Amino acid sequence: MTRKTVLFHEHQKANAKLVDFHGWLMPLHYGSQLDEHHQVRHDAGMFDVSHMTIVDLLGAGGRTFLRYLLANDVDKLLHTGKALYSLMLNHRGGVMDDLIVYYRAPDNYRLILNSATREKDLNWIRQNKEIQSVGIQERTDLAIIAVQGPKAIERTSSILTPGQADVVSTLQSFEGADSNDCFFARTGYTGEDGLEIIMPSHQASDFWQRLLTAGVKPCGLGARDTLRLEAGMHLYGQDMDETTTPLESALNWSVAWEPSDRVFIGREALENQKQTGLKRKLVGLILEQKGIMRTGQTVIVDGVGEGVITSGTYSPTLEKSIALARVPFETQDQCLVDIRGKHLSARVTKPRFVRYGKPVTE
Amino acid sequence: MNTIPEELKYSATHEWARHEGGNFVVIGITDHAQQLLGDMVFVELPEPGETIKTGDEIGVVESVKAASDVYSPISGEIIAVNTELAESPALVNSDPYGDGWLIKVKMEDTSEFDTLMSSEEYKEILTEE
Repeated sequence: MTRKTVLFHEHQKANAKLVDFHGWLMPLHYGSQLDEHHQVRHDAGMFDVSHMTIVDLLGAGGRTFLRYLLANDVDKLLHTGKALYSLMLNHRGGVMDDLIVYYRAPDNYRLILNSATREKDLNWIRQNKEIQSVGIQERTDLAIIAVQGPKAIERTSSILTPGQADVVSTLQSFEGADSNDCFFARTGYTGEDGLEIIMPSHQASDFWQRLLTAGVKPCGLGARDTLRLEAGMHLYGQDMDETTTPLESALNWSVAWEPSDRVFIGREALENQKQTGLKRKLVGLILEQKGIMRTGQTVIVDGVGEGVITSGTYSPTLEKSIALARVPFETQDQCLVDIRGKHLSARVTKPRFVRYGKPVTE
Repeated sequence: MNTIPEELKYSATHEWARHEGGNFVVIGITDHAQQLLGDMVFVELPEPGETIKTGDEIGVVESVKAASDVYSPISGEIIAVNTELAESPALVNSDPYGDGWLIKVKMEDTSEFDTLMSSEEYKEILTEE
């Protein structure tokens, strides 16, 4: 049974090409995913991400619970409104999911997790709660619209109430605040400035239509993938999963090792892995010839061994193919990728290709 | 919505062919094919001078979404390829029957052209898909 978000009718009106995304009927694009990509890099585009999982943790035990559950440390959230990116690990140090956690109040934390991992995540959170004084509330009554691009905040503000526009104007990156039923967060999955706006489901259509009048263009999952990969952002299930640790996924930066006495799920397994030494790592690749790298293709590293493309696509900004790949730890600057039987050369880079709308120069 | 010009001939693998007088035929991929693939980013074409047989692979069209082999609906010698596509692969999307043409062939046997599908027959197979 395929599910639809509350904005489905809007996507039909805009002639979206629809695809089944892990059981949800979602827009792949509305005509041209390349145009939508450029729209976000240069102006403002919006994504319906209402299929994502929203979990509110309520009660006094929230902070203590999250300091155990998550690999990053919510103690870093020094005042209400601050948010951070974190992984949720299993006891073997493998990644259960990646998420953003917002500190809304001392007794109120909001987690935004992936859609495909909903059941698994909720079970995991409930299983590990034990006796903590925390209530777990999944919010299926809310919709999410992500407006992204250098003009995202400007265009969005033009259709907000004065109170909402004021609240938005105070937000720094990775901060969120409530105003008039809506929760505004200055976060995103594109590498551009912008907002992720959470609102009651029944207000979503109207909000979407108002954003259209402000000149924001609808963008689909196709553009979402090329944008996030250019920005070096991971996709759970492809770039990392339960069989890979953060150390093998270029996500060590998101693990809070200090304070050294913080016990969190997976810590012991990661420390053991550090001791033993890493066998593989996640790197960025830029293909030096014409062609497109795709998930699952083999990476050949001369004299070292083989790896695999975890995510690959065409980068509209670089006009070349880019990818994230898991390769043997000793891999240096060059490798070959087996693309439909041909071995094409690729340059190994840091796993981020575009910054502030421009190619990263190395 | 698929455009299927009546004056062209078609193959089951979604190529079209236009007879341009004498033995010359221009070949490309149909509107249906370009819609399925989405935004085109690379087009690989053969060298002029090559001889091809019906069913031979004569190139690859690659979109952000997927790569797709293109097959020749007829036999002959490749006399020209659309070099514009190196810089502007999107022509295959915007004008698949015009500026998005792929190769021009000199047919060995003009009667082969008549065995290709008409626009009606091609429309039939699309509704069956």
